[in-house]
Order: sequence, then C-alpha cells, then structure tokens
Amino acid sequence: MSGPEGSIVQFDNVGLRYGTDREVLSDVSFTLFPGSFYFLTGTSGAGKTSLLKLLYLAQRPSRGMIRMFGSDVITLPRKALPAFRRRIGTVFQDFRLVSHLSAFDNVALPLRVSRVPESEIRKPVADMLEWVGLSNRADARPATLSGGEQQRVAIARAVIARPEILVADEPTGNVDADMALKLLRLFEALNRLGTTVVVATHDVHLLKKVPESLIMRLDKGRLSDPTGALRYPPRRQAQFGEARV
Amino acid sequence: MALDRVIRRNQPRFGAERSGLLQQARLGGPMPWVIAIMVALTVMAAAAGLALSNLARNASAEIAGGVTVQIVEAAPAERDRQAEVAVALLRNRDDVADVRRVPDSELEQLIEPWLGEEAGPADEAIPIPALIDARLHGPLTGARLQALRAALTASAPSAKVDAQAGWLAPVFHAISSLQWLAVGLIVLLGATSAAAVWLAARSALGSNRDTIEIVHLLGGTDRQIARIFQRSIAVDAFVGGIVGLLLGLIAILFLGRQFAALGSGMVAGGGLRIPDWIAIGAIPVAGIAIAMFTARITVLAALRRIL
Repeated sequence: MSGPEGSIVQFDNVGLRYGTDREVLSDVSFTLFPGSFYFLTGTSGAGKTSLLKLLYLAQRPSRGMIRMFGSDVITLPRKALPAFRRRIGTVFQDFRLVSHLSAFDNVALPLRVSRVPESEIRKPVADMLEWVGLSNRADARPATLSGGEQQRVAIARAVIARPEILVADEPTGNVDADMALKLLRLFEALNRLGTTVVVATHDVHLLKKVPESLIMRLDKGRLSDPTGALRYPPRRQAQFGEARV
Repeated sequence: MALDRVIRRNQPRFGAERSGLLQQARLGGPMPWVIAIMVALTVMAAAAGLALSNLARNASAEIAGGVTVQIVEAAPAERDRQAEVAVALLRNRDDVADVRRVPDSELEQLIEPWLGEEAGPADEAIPIPALIDARLHGPLTGARLQALRAALTASAPSAKVDAQAGWLAPVFHAISSLQWLAVGLIVLLGATSAAAVWLAARSALGSNRDTIEIVHLLGGTDRQIARIFQRSIAVDAFVGGIVGLLLGLIAILFLGRQFAALGSGMVAGGGLRIPDWIAIGAIPVAGIAIAMFTARITVLAALRRIL
C-alpha cells in the first residue's frame, strides 16, 4: 500500500501496547510531508514519547501500518533499519548522551556512525557546538554539564547529520526562554532547508512561536487534529489563527 | 581555545569505528592473562604432541625391519655354534640388509642392572641367550617373519625369532594415546578460551548497553558495534598470545633440556623440527582468530535481540 503522494511518513491505524498491557496508542493515523513543522502535544502520559519511539524506529507497533521514506518499515528486515535511522535525527527526552564521551564526541557520533571521514567531522561539529553556545564546553563530559547544556548537546547531535526528519521529545524542557527560542529558530532553519520537524511538547507557549507549524494532539493514546495536520493537503496553523490545544 | 584542544585531542586514531566509542569495549582486566595462560598451555600440549609424534615416527622407522634372534641354549658351546650358523644363514639371505651378533660385553651391560656385575655371559651360572640383531630390507610382515623363523630353526633349533616392532607395540600404543590426549587438551583449551571470551564479551555488552542502544538509534549497524568488540579482543588476544607463547617456549626449552639429559636414544628422536616450531608459532595467531570470532558471534547474537 503506498501513502499519499509526496508523504515522508504515513501511519495507518497504528496501535502500540507494551507486553500484555492495554494499548498506549490506538488507531493512530496521520501523514507527514517533507519540509513541514509539526508539534505533537498532549498531557503527560498521553503517548507522545511512545509515538515518537515509533517515529525514530526504536519500537515496532503492535498493529497497523507505518511507511517511511516510501517503505513499509514494519516488514522491513532488521538489517535495513540502520539506513533509515540515519535519516532521522532524534532529541531524546532524557538526552541519552554517551557518558564517557566529551560533548564534542557526542555531537560527532552520528557522523562517525555514518563513516564520515574524520577530517570532515571536526569543522561541522565545532560550528554546531558554537551555534548552541558550547564551544568552551567541547571537551566536557555530560556529567559536568548542566541540564540545559546537556540538552543543547543532544540537539546538536540530532541535527549535525542534517536528517530528513527531526524528532524532538520536549527539547526545550531544561533551557531558559531565550535558549528555547534560539533552539526553535534552529529547528525552523533546518525546516526551511527541507527537514521535516516533529516536536513533542506540552509547552503551549512554544506552539505560538512557530506560526507555520501544524499541531497533532494526543489524548489517551488517540490522535486528534486541531489544525488539520492529519488531513491532506494539510492546512497551516495560520489558517486557524491560534492553535487550540 | 578549548575547542582547538578538543579537536587536536580528537585526531583520528583508529578511523571512524574507534574502540573508544564504548567505555569498556576492552574486554579488559584479566582477559589478556587468561588468554596468555591458555596459549601457554596449548603451546606445551602441542609441543608434547608433536614431540611424541616425531618420537613415534623415528622409532618406528628405526625398528620397522628389525628382527631379534635369541639362541636359547644352556650349553655354551652349542649356543655359540648355533649362533654362528644363524649369523651365516642370515648373511646369505638376499632380504637381510644387516646382521650383527650382540657382543658379550654389551649383553653384560644390558643385564648388569638386574643381575649384577658378575652375572654376565662369562659366568655361566646363569646362562644368557646369544643375541643377533638383524635388519631386513623393507617392512617385516607376518609371512616374512614366519619364513625367516622356519629357515633359522631348521639350522639352529634353539633360535627364537621376534620382530622388534612387536616388542615395542605397547609403547607405540601408549605414545598414540598420549598424542590423542594432547589433541584433546588443545581442543579443550581452545573451547575454554572461547568460553572465557564469550563471558567477557557478554559482560562488556552489559556494561555498554546504553551506549550500544544509542549507537543503534543513531543508525549504527550490528557489524559496526561487533567490529569494535572484535578489535578490542584482538588487542587483548595479541598481548595474551605473545606472553603465552613466551611462557610456553620457556617451558618447552626447560623440559627439552631435562629430557635431553636423559641420554636415551628413543627420547632423542622426539626433538622438534622446523615445521613443528612454525606450527607452535601459529598457536597465538589461532588464539587471536578464535577470540575475535567468538567475540563477533557473541556480540552479533546479543544485538539481534534488540530492534
């Protein structure tokens, strides 16, 4: 089954349960288009992180169909998944930095995994660290960084390889308002370069900062569509005036 | 500038898949020593097996056509007469390459440990058979032995003919058993090394679980991760292998000197040849290969369990 023309991600009746518990996601269907900016909202425990896990291929759904980059990722052989994961940048809620590597090496990790020559790694990583304001902390281990600094390293790591999809789970949760705005501008800049951005957040104020964004709302594992993000063709948040979340 | 320092510090060392990616990818700790001990024991077992093999081959070649004729006759004159007849008969046969009557002085030396200095052939209180050592062309078969026995007893009725290989058959069986024991030991030591690497690799996987999961989510492949472990164990196995080889060689040389001091002709045939030394030198290489292969399949099997 092929998705709507030009879509980058398509979820169709996706359900997810851990073990024999009740479903944490039920009948989730939506389509993401290249170059779009999505906010995923919902209360704590609504299933945002579970949905993102499916997006960054850390989990297979219990039912339904997921197509990414034109392929059915559920039936895809396991050995084909790394190539797909390299096209996705992820900011984890708990950062998941490698504790024994410096900030520099953490940011360089996706490039090294993609076998980028070492000579081509140094400058972009240095630039990226400078962009997130951590040039002077490049050799610091995660344990010596503040929560906000760790979050910025995690974001730098997620975007360094210029992914086609950026998935961010509460990416501004530990930074001040100025840094949050700066990071959002980074996401927007990436978005303008063609990256599809999905940001999970419960921060209502954040949604207003990106008026071109589309909003998906999760409620008890089910998806609602306040801005028409799930429709085809999608409608921009601006058409609704202010997002209702 | 701090970043400059970091960039200098991050000069590529082992390419994109540096083992530094994993905190404890070095299986580390006692692993090089475990491998060293295993290699040392394997070197000793292999050297013993090869030496026994050489010993058996040399001894077998030496006695393959050997025949011992005893003239068991109490009367010294008659014994001498029959011995001379037997020697003459053997010398006239085309299938006999060499004949030698063992001199009385040698016989005295042979029996001296049991009967004392005064109990030799000169003292006829205890009659000692005359001994004739003959060597045939080609190997001695049962039919040839029968024909020789018939010819000798017709002229020298007190002659008893025995194949030398027959006397030493139990020794060869024992040597063969020891060779198989050495092979078994080598196999067991290889399996034990593999098991040790398996345990260490699983432990290293456990302690690096979070990092491996992150690398996976960033698009790292199983093979990339397995290669990191492989390289780490290769370093450990190389260090352990060299140390083990040296320890094993010291033990071999020490034992070699001890056996050489025995001065026994049979033991002297058990020396190691150049191909044997090459085979012993290959043991650490085989150890490294086994360790790397074990680490690889252990890591790949464990990684297959995660998405």
